[in-house]
Amino acid sequence: MSALTLTMKQRLDQRVDMSPLVCQKLQDLEPTEIAAIRLQNGKRTIRVDELFKIKGDDTQNIVIEGSYGKLDFIGKELEGGSITVHGDAGAYLGQDMKSGRIQVTGNAGLYAGCEMKNGLLQIDGDAGDFLGAALPGNKQGMKGGTILVKGSVGERAGDHMRRGVILVEGDAGDYCGSRMVAGTIAVMGQTGRYLGYAMRRGTLLLWNQPQLSATFNDCGPHTLAFLPMLFASFRHLNSKFADASVAFNRARRYGGDMAEVGKGEVLVKQ
Amino acid sequence: MIINGVQIDKTFAEAFPMKGTRAVITAQNEKWAMISAQAMTGFATSVIACGCEAGIERVLDPSETPDGRPGVSILIFAMGGKGLAKQLETRAGQCVLTSPTSALFAGIDEGKQIPLGKNLRYFGDGFQISKKINGKRYWRVPVMDGEFLTEATTAQVEAVGGGNFLVLAESQPQALAACEAAIEEMRKIPNVIMPFPGGVVRSGSKVGSKYPALGASTNDAFCPTLKGITQTDLSPEVESVMEIVIDGLSKEDIDRAMRVGIQAVCDLGAENGIRRISAGNYGGKLGPFHFHLQEIMA
Repeated sequence: MSALTLTMKQRLDQRVDMSPLVCQKLQDLEPTEIAAIRLQNGKRTIRVDELFKIKGDDTQNIVIEGSYGKLDFIGKELEGGSITVHGDAGAYLGQDMKSGRIQVTGNAGLYAGCEMKNGLLQIDGDAGDFLGAALPGNKQGMKGGTILVKGSVGERAGDHMRRGVILVEGDAGDYCGSRMVAGTIAVMGQTGRYLGYAMRRGTLLLWNQPQLSATFNDCGPHTLAFLPMLFASFRHLNSKFADASVAFNRARRYGGDMAEVGKGEVLVKQ
Repeated sequence: MIINGVQIDKTFAEAFPMKGTRAVITAQNEKWAMISAQAMTGFATSVIACGCEAGIERVLDPSETPDGRPGVSILIFAMGGKGLAKQLETRAGQCVLTSPTSALFAGIDEGKQIPLGKNLRYFGDGFQISKKINGKRYWRVPVMDGEFLTEATTAQVEAVGGGNFLVLAESQPQALAACEAAIEEMRKIPNVIMPFPGGVVRSGSKVGSKYPALGASTNDAFCPTLKGITQTDLSPEVESVMEIVIDGLSKEDIDRAMRVGIQAVCDLGAENGIRRISAGNYGGKLGPFHFHLQEIMA
């Protein structure tokens, strides 16, 4: 069986809802049935074969070729299987993902991995605002799994994050880890203003000294036993995070946000 | 059956089902991991009065431990799951949480999960932090030397307790020397512990007692000083009997341990005063696992 490959035929002006094209929904469907699925495009619907050239039959291994930034909801609620996106992804990439793996070779839009439950979401380029966050009005963001961004991320990464790991090889925008409930966000590059704003619990793991709000208190440098184990769990990733030379177990610990519960921590490599 | 002049009795050791688990203690160096492990497995010789039987299984190389530090693996056995969980938690709280630089991890993954650090976390008084790494939950408990890192749970498995054999010798020093040789070899076998002090028991027991309050009492048939006044199982030249008790995660593990132990005793042989190898056989009153000495040594 070869991967079910969807190659873009045309780039539409209106956004496309890709949520019907996830592995668990396509299981046991014939290529002709997949071709006939209708996707929401702006205020109209279009057939899959109007938008894509379809090749291959392994519905548990979906490849989207020539993707661009208007394909929204790729891998929504994905439950097992793998989706590879060549190009950019739109908003809500991997929203509510339950298991499996999504890889995007380009950039991703707003709300990538929002309210994700489990699995691995890898973005080789940059990600937009609200990565791994909660949807507007909701109180819990990402609840498990791993998001790896090789580029940089926008603002509010991990907003309301509940559990899981966000790994950012590049920089993070303002309000990284805002209103975090728990979980881990690691940023190798620079971080913006208002880091950990109103975070309750959780860990922000940084390689560079951030600009911290007055509501984060210095707890001093420490050797922490869990850090080598955490880094060891990244070894299987295709990432800088898998490199043993970036790992550290000595970190300066800042506790906060003291304006909130104050059980969160910012750990900065020493 | 005779091996190197030592008679192997046509009898069997009786053992009983237990629940068992393994925990891994690590520390800054092997010295402190061992101190913590020794404390945790202290006073854990017999379920009769200790609540559990526990012992050090082996020293672990840093490459074998979850946090890459020197470690020691211990095994704990109890008659039931509840008792095991209680003993594990009490001992971990008193002997590992308190021990400098220590960390505590599960030594078995598959099986019913029982608390390891799950409740010890409350020592953190609300400052404890949970981390889920590779699907396993860990607790970081702030303590005065830094952080006590512990895995939340470990697995409880079906196990076997009370495997044993008796070494019958012409003198006390000879019996002890033979047992020491056996223990040295048996410690190389994984999944087993010899829970008594130094692995050797001098107070082997029989089931029951003339005192109704006691469930076990001295094994008078093997007490050399009672040779003339009880129904003895000893010949005139036997002056000392010592027992080695083995708990294991499976019957096969105990089989292996008994084989190497008995072989080590037999290697010393009759010329070193070793006359017989026997076993604690209680006529089916103790348990369903039977370890036939001659089959094991065949």
